[in-house]
Amino acid sequence: MALGDILVDVQAVAKHFGEGETRVDALRSVDLQVRAGEVIALLGPSGSGKTTLLNIIGCILEPSAGRVSLDGDVVFDKTWLRTDLRRLRLDKIGFIFQSHNLLPFLTAIENVSLVLDLAGWPQSEALKRAKDLLDYLEVGHRAKVKPALLSGGEAQRVAIARALANRPRIILADEPTAALDSVRAQLVMDLLRKLAVEQEACIITVTHDEKIFNRFDRLINLRDGRLADSQAIKVRMSNQWEIVPSCVSIRTELK
Amino acid sequence: MNLALKDIRHGLFRFVLTCFGLGLLMTVVLAMIGIYNGLVADALAIVKLPKADLWVVEARTKGPFAEASKIPAATRDAVRRMPGVAEAGAITFQTIETSHSGRNLRLYVIGFELGRPGGPARIVAGRGISASHFELVVDRKSGLQVGDVVRLGRNNFSVVGLVEDAMNSGGDPAVFVTLADALELQTTLDPAAARIQTARGSQPSYNPTVAAIVARVAPGADIDLLTATVRQWKHLGALTQAEQESLLLISVVDRARRQIGLFLGILLAVSAVVIALIIYTMTMEKLKQIATLKLIGAPDRTIIGLIVQQALILGASGWGIGLMLILLVKDAFPRRVVLEPFNVMVLAGIITAVCLLASGLGVRAAMKVDPATALGS
Repeated sequence: MALGDILVDVQAVAKHFGEGETRVDALRSVDLQVRAGEVIALLGPSGSGKTTLLNIIGCILEPSAGRVSLDGDVVFDKTWLRTDLRRLRLDKIGFIFQSHNLLPFLTAIENVSLVLDLAGWPQSEALKRAKDLLDYLEVGHRAKVKPALLSGGEAQRVAIARALANRPRIILADEPTAALDSVRAQLVMDLLRKLAVEQEACIITVTHDEKIFNRFDRLINLRDGRLADSQAIKVRMSNQWEIVPSCVSIRTELK
Repeated sequence: MNLALKDIRHGLFRFVLTCFGLGLLMTVVLAMIGIYNGLVADALAIVKLPKADLWVVEARTKGPFAEASKIPAATRDAVRRMPGVAEAGAITFQTIETSHSGRNLRLYVIGFELGRPGGPARIVAGRGISASHFELVVDRKSGLQVGDVVRLGRNNFSVVGLVEDAMNSGGDPAVFVTLADALELQTTLDPAAARIQTARGSQPSYNPTVAAIVARVAPGADIDLLTATVRQWKHLGALTQAEQESLLLISVVDRARRQIGLFLGILLAVSAVVIALIIYTMTMEKLKQIATLKLIGAPDRTIIGLIVQQALILGASGWGIGLMLILLVKDAFPRRVVLEPFNVMVLAGIITAVCLLASGLGVRAAMKVDPATALGS
């Protein structure tokens, strides 16, 4: 499948916390483009800046410098209000968490339809869409069960359904397979890839799980707030793993 | 989708328990309001019972409640003959202790003239006094029933009727007897004491005195003029009904009223703090969920609605439970508990204001939550 439009365009983004002696540079001039249909992983040791980058793309954290464009909208300039950013998250971004973060007082189907309810869908349509998604993710039979009674895998699939409910074009996942065994982790990643292709979305994942590295189109390695050197960057070509020269210049076409 | 109700249903047992606890607190608050009102109502009930316009008392006294007052019973005829007076009756007040069915009774005996102002207003059981002697009508709170026989002084009296809400400012139930019986109760000595008096040479004399004369004025009569006329008689004083009521509140129950009022204020403040703490804690427990809601794009109004609705439901439930409990138990209180709809509505308003303020604290905390918290970073 040919890759689509650029959905995430990060240019020279920097982020620092504190000032003076306490200043910490979490990101230093990072460039990144992600296209529709692409599934990429952000790698790096603790403190390398991957979560900061994910938060900036998710409109949770404002960058200190640089330009961020999401699905054509340049965000974080002075015209954007906090409420606008939240609406942007609702319409264009889906989040998948390490610990699913389903609301405990809602059933599985209510957790999924809540996003649609917030987006203004009529209730009947929201419930139908939620049920279809749960069925698609093979947890439809658990639709009326609360998260406390779901297994880890089931809860994660419900969380994925919630992330995809409003058909976002950018899906951000923070360690989505951390709580799953290797078989289920690979299944979840395959599922995400399939959905990304179907919805023409991109998926950006923070992960340390080496078992699923082969499920990504690109592995973006961050170190000390910068994109790491070429030795740390890999790309999947057919079934082979190769070291490639530069992350930024990579454009992969899946066969 | 109403998140507040969904969350309540999720932790229903805990929420109901919290509401019940708050309800008990509201019961205490309502009880204190009722006791406060009851104190005032009891104090005024005795004054209001005769439905008088004018109280004729001993000169230079604030009788018969704030101070002792003693005037000749015959004064009634003089007052009755005054132009503008429609009715007048002599009245006596006396506290007496007796026993009935093995328990002590402290009663506030009111002597009145049959067919004249000063008698019981509304009989709720039995009938009014019809015989000249040895019948009484008593307040229900005394525990006496129609048909009971109770000893007052040296005579047995039959309970022929019951009234409600007739107590003095000390909470003693009122007993209505004829003026003749009341005067006998006041003047008749124990036989041994009477023998000693006779041996000392003092002659028993019958010069009956009463506490006050209560008068109702004719329509159109000038009450101020009547009061001024009575005051011209050197041995008599006069108070209007309004003066009598304000005197009673200022002189007799003011300290107790302020005491209970202050305690009520403290109780309301404690309740406000408890409600605020409950609501704030409920919000703080949901911060991670609120972060998730923010992250998935929920607008502020959804989050504020969740907190404020729960706070109001909690407050309304506590208020409702409190009201229900106090209505169930108020008659078991030894003194009158008077709850006016106005008081109940004012408390509802206070609780609503406290809930809104408390949820304001919660909302403030919720608005500060970083959505990134949901990511675990």
